[in-house]
Amino acid sequence: MTRAWRWLIPLSAVPVIALLAYGFRVNPRDIPSPLVGRPAAEFTLATFSGEPLALESHRGKVVVLNFWASWCYPACYEEAPVLERNWRAYRDRGLVVIGVDIQDTAEAAQKFIRQFGLTFPNVRDVDGKVSIEYGIYGVPETFFLDRQGRIRAKHVGAVTDEVFRREVEPLLSEGASATTPTGASARPTGADS
Amino acid sequence: MTRLIVVAAWLVIASAQTSVGQQAVPINDREAYEIALQLRCVVCQNLSVADSPSEMAQQMRAIVRERLAMGERPEQVIQYFVDRYGEWILLAPRRRGFTLLVWLFPIVAVAVGLAVTGLVVARWRRRAEAQRRPADLTIDPAIRERIRRELEAEDG
Repeated sequence: MTRAWRWLIPLSAVPVIALLAYGFRVNPRDIPSPLVGRPAAEFTLATFSGEPLALESHRGKVVVLNFWASWCYPACYEEAPVLERNWRAYRDRGLVVIGVDIQDTAEAAQKFIRQFGLTFPNVRDVDGKVSIEYGIYGVPETFFLDRQGRIRAKHVGAVTDEVFRREVEPLLSEGASATTPTGASARPTGADS
Repeated sequence: MTRLIVVAAWLVIASAQTSVGQQAVPINDREAYEIALQLRCVVCQNLSVADSPSEMAQQMRAIVRERLAMGERPEQVIQYFVDRYGEWILLAPRRRGFTLLVWLFPIVAVAVGLAVTGLVVARWRRRAEAQRRPADLTIDPAIRERIRRELEAEDG
């Protein structure tokens, strides 16, 4: 056997080891959403007071669509004050935060809303259809929608002030009549970014 | 027996639907189960939607049934989930495009492994033969002659 052959066998293991090394470094919870760049699915869900809320009625505003549950501790507890604070700060600039409570009981969810004094609209997704429509695989997950109702980014995990600002500022600065952006600028945001 | 159960379930569902008054296609239970079996339970670890008792899986099973009742084909129902979750939702990657590699790689790896093993074994055998042959050739002609004579003497 030639010298080249002697090297070929150990060398063939290199790509396999490289693939394994890559696999172990990737966060399996970070799943890119195919919905980023696509128009957000319309829905109408009831708020806790029983009034219907249609996503469509907020067209023209930047929408922060947050999927949460009262049992989601600590991430949902960490981000609730962040969402409330930023909703208050940005609402006059044409932004709305909509909370979608999933896989929860009305009592526990209402207690959560009272605990954090949430004033932005919150709806209940009782049968999970909207959650599945948005490809939710855990809580919290947050979508950032532009004024045209297109999903521009998805954030998995608790939203921080920094994430909120980073995602929302460029969307707010786009005019309501701005041309539809290309999918190239849309991307999912990492859970720990 | 299984067929009987499936037919019975089918009839129950069909009658339930007509009683509600929906213009729905009767659902084949087995079909709904087989679709759910291919989908990943999104809140579990390595469980299918068919096998998971979680609320999310229950809701997904309900959507599978609902879409079948609307007259969608199984591929369309699966595509509905793929469009929202990506191919990650499929427990087995599709046998096309980039994910075809996942299916082909083990076959190629086994073929390459067998080929390499074959080559190595052939090389060992060649080396072993090469080592044996010179030993045969180096027997002293005088000794060889003596062995021949003694064997003849014994036969005689």
